[in-house]
Amino acid sequence: MTELDNPMIKDGVLCENHWQLVPKGHPELPGAANIIVPALLALEHQERIAQRNDIAVWLDSDEPPELIADQLPQYCFIAINFPVFSDGRGYSYARTLRQRFQYCGEVRAIGDVLLEQLFYLHRCGFSAFELREDQNIEEALLRFNDFSEAYQSGGDQLQSVLSKRLQQSN
Amino acid sequence: MERVAQFRQQTERYLSGEISEAEFLPLRLQNGLYIQRLAPMLRIAIPYGMLSSTQLHKLADISRDYDKGYAHFTTRQNLQLNWPKLAEVPDILEELASVEMHAIQTSGNCIRNTTTDQFAGVAADELEDPRPYCELIRQWSTFHPEFAYLPRKFKIAVCASETDRAASQVHDIGLHLKHNDRGETGFTVFVGGGLGRTPVIGTRICEFMPRAEILNYLDAILRVYNQLGRRDNKYKARIKILVRALGADAFRDKVQQEFELVRGGEMTVPDSEFQRMAGFFTTPDYESCDAAAVSTAVRRQASDDRAFARWLERNVSTHKTPGYAAVTLSLKPTGIAPGDATEQQMHAAAELADSYSFGELRVSHEQNLILADVRQADLYPLWKQAQAAGMATPNIGTLNDMICCPGGDFCSLANAKSIPIAEAIQRQFDDLDYLYDIGEVDLNISGCMNACGHHHVGHIGILGVDKKGQEFYQVQLGGDSGHEASLGKVLGPSFSQDEVPGVINSLIEVYLARRQGDELFIDTYRRIGIEPFKTRVYSND
Ligand code: SF4
Repeated sequence: MTELDNPMIKDGVLCENHWQLVPKGHPELPGAANIIVPALLALEHQERIAQRNDIAVWLDSDEPPELIADQLPQYCFIAINFPVFSDGRGYSYARTLRQRFQYCGEVRAIGDVLLEQLFYLHRCGFSAFELREDQNIEEALLRFNDFSEAYQSGGDQLQSVLSKRLQQSN
Repeated sequence: MERVAQFRQQTERYLSGEISEAEFLPLRLQNGLYIQRLAPMLRIAIPYGMLSSTQLHKLADISRDYDKGYAHFTTRQNLQLNWPKLAEVPDILEELASVEMHAIQTSGNCIRNTTTDQFAGVAADELEDPRPYCELIRQWSTFHPEFAYLPRKFKIAVCASETDRAASQVHDIGLHLKHNDRGETGFTVFVGGGLGRTPVIGTRICEFMPRAEILNYLDAILRVYNQLGRRDNKYKARIKILVRALGADAFRDKVQQEFELVRGGEMTVPDSEFQRMAGFFTTPDYESCDAAAVSTAVRRQASDDRAFARWLERNVSTHKTPGYAAVTLSLKPTGIAPGDATEQQMHAAAELADSYSFGELRVSHEQNLILADVRQADLYPLWKQAQAAGMATPNIGTLNDMICCPGGDFCSLANAKSIPIAEAIQRQFDDLDYLYDIGEVDLNISGCMNACGHHHVGHIGILGVDKKGQEFYQVQLGGDSGHEASLGKVLGPSFSQDEVPGVINSLIEVYLARRQGDELFIDTYRRIGIEPFKTRVYSND
């Protein structure tokens, strides 16, 4: 496999990440292209963001998507941060984006994103994953595909089997 | 199996240092593995307490091959191995998988094993069999992708009968099965009950949720909790704290809001699915018999044999079907940790199930084993065999059928030992006639305020506390886990280990002196209050 700069997984394939994260508390909206802006900063600069098409937004684990619900289409994608992997709020945020706000764009997991979480993240509606640096991304990709197959074929993932069955009968 | 292979790999990576302790933690917890004071501890899931004899035989073999030849049935209706070796856990999981068992979601901050009545399907007082609903909830909650990293563990109980034998109001969610005026099935939903440091009785947030919508409603509750439950302090992270902080009405509104978004949505359950679930719990092939003749015969055996009569009275329960009965095999003989079973006992219980109860057993949250479908005509030979295996102690429902956590002998969180206390009390009340005269008393013992022994809802509750490095015991009175659920009140200053049996005896003497007619201990307590008990115990000094 070829070496990528800042590899990430998107729609089930390995790709390069060209986006830069603007940290929380950054005073100004940077002029640079392809930036992921913290939610509060994004709210402050709504008008300027509306005129650009190279800005994404990120939610921290205590910032529910309701916060930016009105402006979802303005962003290239929505990133959700996991400050520690055991903080599971982001899973519900992704579901809320998909189910309640019918958001169809990219939802990206960032922060303490570990191999073992990919499958559940994916099932909650995440479509892109920036893994923590020390994670073996090629193994992640394999794992990811294993699980997607398990999901397709029913595997031993009880919940997904049940929800598939219910969807067919509803 | 894929999961077992994955965990084997994770364990290897952990043992080789590739995964850190912090990262391995949720993985091992999700696979039921705890590290305790003395060794790792593995919890094996027994969904709503149902076991086949094949599974129990396998569990017996596992406790012989990988542990010290015995295992512990828990108040979550699960089985706990106290001394497995970490490196062997993947092998154990593989053995379990061969009988369709696992340890998934028995630990960690996820939705745990859903529990119910140990007499489900045979109880005369039930509206419907709750097990199909438990199975549905099990499928919904197992590997639920959204709720694997909740603020804290989450427990659900289902009750479908007049007597609540599942302690449902002290669970994070308690579901009470109901029929509405039109004869439709649904649930009254209680939220935020729980024991531990801050014991609370659940709050009713919905009077009647039609069964078709129950998973959508559970999703809504969990989603609110996952987003708003506290994560900064693990002692304040249970849903009961959130319900209290928001207030029951505000909490209900939030749930309702989420529910409206998913109502009729993808997790709506059609009738055909309920029928499918019910299909897993068919009634066994009961034989018809002359029920009157059988019961006369049993009565005759009882009048010839006093010991058998005692066992009949305490350990045998009524059954929906004429000519049948449900038998409780006691795991509470004096001197053995309550809920412990040896490898031999497990094999013996499995054989009894094969001979007398369609090869099926249940685990009760009181930590006993149940044979639910026994022909009354078989009671006598069954009793003989159970006696030989040391599982016929006729103490079910009495003071000596206590719930007791593993306590200081096994658990690293304990303030005090609990098993020796249980034993000392059992010795104090070893006169069976006296024990029966006292009648039904729930005595629950926990070794610390985490309350695994449910001491708050014991009619008498005992809690291990630490007083300047010494083990002491606080006594509480008046708890109850039934439909009239209540939490116990502290009697007063705590006692040393030696004093406890005497204190319990004094409490019982007050009851015996003051009871009216055949009033139970808890009813006398409710009538006369805590004072007479207090006076008696503390004026004795
Ligand atoms: S109540 Fe305390 S001592 Fe007993 S098992 Fe639970 S944590 Fe351990």
